Amino acid sequence: MTPPQNHAPKAHRAEPRIGFYVCHCGSNIADTVDCAEIARYAASLPGVILARDYKYMCSDPGQELIQQDIREYQLDRIVVASCSPLLHEHTFRAALARAGLNPFYLQMVNIREHVSWVHKNREAATAKARDLARAAIQRVRHHQALQPIRVPIRAEALVLGGGIAGIHAALLLAEAGKRVILVERQPSIGGHMAQLDKTFPTLDCAACILTPKMSAVRAHPNITLWTYSEVIKVEGYVGNFTVTVRRKPRYINEALCVGCKQCVDACVFKDGKFPDEFNAGLSHRKPIYLPFPQATPQVVVIDPDRCLNLKTGKCKKTCVEACDRNAIVFDQQPEVHEVKVGTIIVATGYDLFDPTRLPQYGYGRYPNVFTTLEAERLVNSSGPTAGKVRLRDGRVPRSVGIILCVGSRDHRTHPWCSRTCCMHSMKLALLIREHAGAEVTIFHMDIRSAGKGYEEFYDRCLREGIQFIRGRVAEVTDWAMTAKEEGHLVVRVEDTLAGFVRRIPLDMIVLAVGMEPQRDARELRRILNISCSNEGWFLERHPKLGPVITFTDGIFLAGCCQGPKDIPDTVAQAGAAAAEALALMDRGYIEQEPNTAYIDPDHCCGCKSCLPLCPYSAIQLDETQGRAFINEALCKGCGACVAACPSGSIQQHLFEDEQVFAEIDGVLSYA
Amino acid sequence: MKYPYFPGCSLRGLGRAYEESLLAVLHHLGVELQELEDWNCCGATAYMSVDETQAAVLASRNLARAERAGFSELLAPCSACYLVLNKLQHSIEQFPDIQQTVQRALAQANLNYRGSVRVRHPLDILLHEIGLDAIRERVVQPLRGLKVAPYYGCQIVRPYATFDDAHQPTTMDQLLATLGAEVVVWPLKTKCCGGTLTGTVPEAGLRLSYILLKEAQRRGAHVLATVCPLCHFNLDAYHAEIEHRWGPIPIPTVYFSQLMGLAFGLAPRQLGLHRNLVPFRFPSEPTVACP
Repeated sequence: MTPPQNHAPKAHRAEPRIGFYVCHCGSNIADTVDCAEIARYAASLPGVILARDYKYMCSDPGQELIQQDIREYQLDRIVVASCSPLLHEHTFRAALARAGLNPFYLQMVNIREHVSWVHKNREAATAKARDLARAAIQRVRHHQALQPIRVPIRAEALVLGGGIAGIHAALLLAEAGKRVILVERQPSIGGHMAQLDKTFPTLDCAACILTPKMSAVRAHPNITLWTYSEVIKVEGYVGNFTVTVRRKPRYINEALCVGCKQCVDACVFKDGKFPDEFNAGLSHRKPIYLPFPQATPQVVVIDPDRCLNLKTGKCKKTCVEACDRNAIVFDQQPEVHEVKVGTIIVATGYDLFDPTRLPQYGYGRYPNVFTTLEAERLVNSSGPTAGKVRLRDGRVPRSVGIILCVGSRDHRTHPWCSRTCCMHSMKLALLIREHAGAEVTIFHMDIRSAGKGYEEFYDRCLREGIQFIRGRVAEVTDWAMTAKEEGHLVVRVEDTLAGFVRRIPLDMIVLAVGMEPQRDARELRRILNISCSNEGWFLERHPKLGPVITFTDGIFLAGCCQGPKDIPDTVAQAGAAAAEALALMDRGYIEQEPNTAYIDPDHCCGCKSCLPLCPYSAIQLDETQGRAFINEALCKGCGACVAACPSGSIQQHLFEDEQVFAEIDGVLSYA
Repeated sequence: MKYPYFPGCSLRGLGRAYEESLLAVLHHLGVELQELEDWNCCGATAYMSVDETQAAVLASRNLARAERAGFSELLAPCSACYLVLNKLQHSIEQFPDIQQTVQRALAQANLNYRGSVRVRHPLDILLHEIGLDAIRERVVQPLRGLKVAPYYGCQIVRPYATFDDAHQPTTMDQLLATLGAEVVVWPLKTKCCGGTLTGTVPEAGLRLSYILLKEAQRRGAHVLATVCPLCHFNLDAYHAEIEHRWGPIPIPTVYFSQLMGLAFGLAPRQLGLHRNLVPFRFPSEPTVACP
């Protein structure tokens, strides 16, 4: 293929000396691709001084091989045919650098993800690998020596979500001396953990271990806490994010309110009337309320959809009279803030599965069917019943059934295991029995108690007489077949250990509802420009080796937004995310790919076509010369201007026309 | 509105009252049914369990004829027909070998089936095409005071829950409420009526029918409304036998379309109510006049 006319060949270069390496990747590649044949073929191509195949190119001896050859044979271009450059490009570039060669003289051929893992026919796969190798060899001769771009990193971090994951990460970063902005959309931090009574397997009280951390967040000089706030826009890139946060009006001056709750007592609503979110709707609150006793910040909030004054403007405003600090501000407006941060930790948590999606379990139809979160509030001493386990009509349940895997491990709803429900349910079983003296039966498919001290906890439940029935519950019904079943809920289940279908009358049913991604996770994903799995969990870069980093540099994941996990795992992951962010911020700079665009001043005619296309405003027109030029520090290498330039005078490093054309030429030519 | 219509054997046999009332009611709503020409056995659930392939071929011939006639939908009121035709549709989409067998068989009769016909149930049409508002407008004698237990049976919601929930269907509930009836909340909406067991293992089959009647009675129902000729047959024709075994349960079973007709003010005889073995009476009135 002839290059376009306006591209005169660059100044004469000496014939390159190319070294070619093909990796077996153990059997990953070698099983499907004839690696020796690829090496033989590559050696026959012009410019290739030597070609080798080797079991593990990424290993130390593999890298050492490249370095030795560079010195011994004066190689000045290297092609490695192995896995995805995402995994090992930096490995091999570093090897080149160690041998004194500019690292950008490397080209990789992905014959694992693109060939051996997706094809079965060895002959055809080998032919494809040969084509790709030829393309890379033709391309690499046009590579140029480049220098990576260094960009400074801001030392501030944004933590998104104030559950236990966000709290832990924020505290770690703050302790390390970094400025942290913690954004939480609810009026208080604490998340789901604040609603729990006790935590498995040690049965220590969730509030007792969480609230000190909550107040530490509030008190820490390095943490700015923005509750009742949401991130609406994220711009920029690693090291230099510009985040727009919307602070919803809570109609209270946060600086003045001390949480004395005199306004709440004085509200014209004598009693709570609206479902209390914190108690999972089991109690009622007023339009002005403190979310829960340990709420952080200790600042009340007014619900604009319920408050008479905000809805109709007609109210005696007794709350205003009661507040001697004049903290109530009915004309408070939403505020929009822009903050600049270097890294972002996403810890937005999960939603619970809505059990009305499985009508066979009767949630919403039978009053005495509860969810695990509701049961959690019932056993909690600061809950709506002060820790007394009661049915909706006030009776004490004599028998309680807990149904596992509601909305988990079920192809009609969610295929995944929510991981916490087995332990959570066994913990509830012990607490319910302790609080109500009820007989508790757990209906399960398997008991999954993998974790330190977890299996021992299961043992304890067995010893202490919690009943376990293995079988997926068919339905919960109020259809009584016998006098004994009269007035009870009946669980119909195939007891797969006993081998027959049973009907078990119970007073109270608790559905162990699974975890699912937050309802607006996909929206947030777009704002943050990170990836989601099909299910909607945020995607980590590598399931084993990059569990808290995302595909977007500088954004990290912690807690259940990445997938279901319990508190210990969440805290561990939050710590890891904070450490990753710290490593980045403490180095102070990052090295970026020098894939910037540049303009050939001899060809640019100053037509300005490219100017409005650049999303980063990196292109400017030099009026005196009538030519455009690109500010390399601002260019992100998106390539929009390169494609649009009518005179073809814009080129991009690493994607020069001659490199791309040579590659296309190589892949299309028949050997 | 005009719908292509597949009666199946039941609506010409034991389920005549269903056809009579459905046609009358739809006609009253301005919907005409056009019978599929030269239809044959739907494939039958019983046959399906004996020889699935042959049953699939039988079912496909009906759909192929409907497709050839240019129909994109086919109304199948009988629950068994509805299930079998839907199952065929599902099988040829999921299993290429069944599709090949079916096409080979159809080719011998110069037919071919591309799979373009959507099988629909009267409840689906009534709620989602005609709409409850249009039905409400036609109600002249609201079924006030009549407590009806809606009984869906198994086949229209399982395994293919095409237009309603598989566990907690509500379309008939909404329809009956629109007619002014009091809908009895009960948990056995989709529980087995006994199916063909009433004929083969009567002890088991009759007991299942009895459970339905008994629970409806316990919940204060006056009448059971059904969509299925087989359910109707079990609950109506074996009623005397059930009462003989377990004592009196004065609950008649009628088709939902018959209740619609009554609410529309149509004559009971036009609705086939005289065919019921257990006579249906309004709770407040002595008898529905059956001339």
